[in-house]
Amino acid sequence: MTNAPGITLQGRYRIGQQTLFDAAAVRVAAGQWTCLLGRSGVGKSTILRLILGLQTAGQFDGTIAADDGQPIEGRASYMAQSDLLLPWLTLRENVVLGARLRGVAPDLDMADAMIARVGLTAHHTKKPSALSGGMRQRTALARTLMEHRPIVLLDEPFSALDAGTRADMQDLAASVLVGKTVLLVTHDPAEACRLGHRIAVLTPTRTLPWQVPDTAPVRQAGDPATLAAQAALLAHLRATA
Amino acid sequence: MIRFRYALAATLIGLGIWQIVIWATGAPHYILPSPWRVATTGFENRALIAHHAIVTGTEVILGLLIGATLGALTAIHLAASQRLSRMVMPLLVFTQAVPVFALAPILTLWFGYGMASKVVMAVLIIYFPVTASFYDGLMRVTPALLDLAKTMGASTAQTMLRIKIPYALPSLASGLKLAAVYAPIGAVIGEWVGSSQGLGYLMLLANGRAKIDLMFASLIVLAVLTVGLHKLVCALADRMNTLA
Repeated sequence: MTNAPGITLQGRYRIGQQTLFDAAAVRVAAGQWTCLLGRSGVGKSTILRLILGLQTAGQFDGTIAADDGQPIEGRASYMAQSDLLLPWLTLRENVVLGARLRGVAPDLDMADAMIARVGLTAHHTKKPSALSGGMRQRTALARTLMEHRPIVLLDEPFSALDAGTRADMQDLAASVLVGKTVLLVTHDPAEACRLGHRIAVLTPTRTLPWQVPDTAPVRQAGDPATLAAQAALLAHLRATA
Repeated sequence: MIRFRYALAATLIGLGIWQIVIWATGAPHYILPSPWRVATTGFENRALIAHHAIVTGTEVILGLLIGATLGALTAIHLAASQRLSRMVMPLLVFTQAVPVFALAPILTLWFGYGMASKVVMAVLIIYFPVTASFYDGLMRVTPALLDLAKTMGASTAQTMLRIKIPYALPSLASGLKLAAVYAPIGAVIGEWVGSSQGLGYLMLLANGRAKIDLMFASLIVLAVLTVGLHKLVCALADRMNTLA
């Protein structure tokens, strides 16, 4: 995935007469993880939806562009807080959903490889109801990988998981999405400081770049620099809330 | 088995109350026949009742199949096009304001005294519940799922086929369960207005000749037929839901 482009979003977003954010230049670095934080309702998920070209409630005046000048549509995939697995399909059928929805024959060998990569080979015939929350999110991750998109947009995909499973999922996601341009929307300063090559805090008036520790992600949860960055970020989020 | 026991107990209590009312009021058999009399009359006329029950049953099943198919297809088309649904939905609701009972004489005029007019009645009576419940289900698919499909480059047809329809099958199932109970009403009304066969016809005939026991026997067979059909549709619907 050497061709993963960076993305820049700049402009003003309004819902009716009310401006949600203005002149917020969000930079998503090419081939790296960018973590986007900010208080609820500031428009983090809206930014994801705008990049994905999905419908939003308001009006965006500005530009969203990839560094290479190519359109973003068709090159970005999406993973949400809810796993969005179809309950009537098996794990494997869920993983190949994209191909089925495009009306093409799915590459089952590739699907099995992706399922193996997220460690679910033994469960591939199970329905989502028979899987744990962590396994379901890993299935969603395999489904995302099947799309082979250079850009991956993550909307709090780990927030509903218990702490241990969440840390496992973070490690797994970081390893399988390496080299892709990733934008992770999160509420969790610890998650941002573990995973982010870059961290940005979105406010109604600007996008504040946040200093990340010098080490490369995934950073150890107990690393002093990571803990310090996390504490400072938390203090900032509380002060601006 | 426990549910069967409850049903049996409820039936026995119902029959008991029926008999007590007769004893208490001293109603003559040509006003309110006893359960026993109805049972024996029903048994003596079993061939006659069976013949008419088959006619009504055929009308109801044909009506159900046609009505359910039309209703499901309508719902899918309405769900596929917002513009179409905005145009057609108010029209559908409006047609529901016209009682089907009032249409029965016209339908008999148009489709004759045979089975066709009864089938049309059954279709008309179930078309709306099937359409409305399936359409509701199709429109209630989690928006995030549709967003996901869109980011995957899904076509409209594939999204309908692989996400919306399976998602809405439980709603279709509840529509069909309602339809199984409504369809016999349509058929019987059709038979009342004009026919020479069917349980509705037999009930009118028996009533006109003061054979109230035969009328009750026909009525009970009709009720059993309806309950049986409802059970069958419920079983099919549950199987459909496990598929989905």
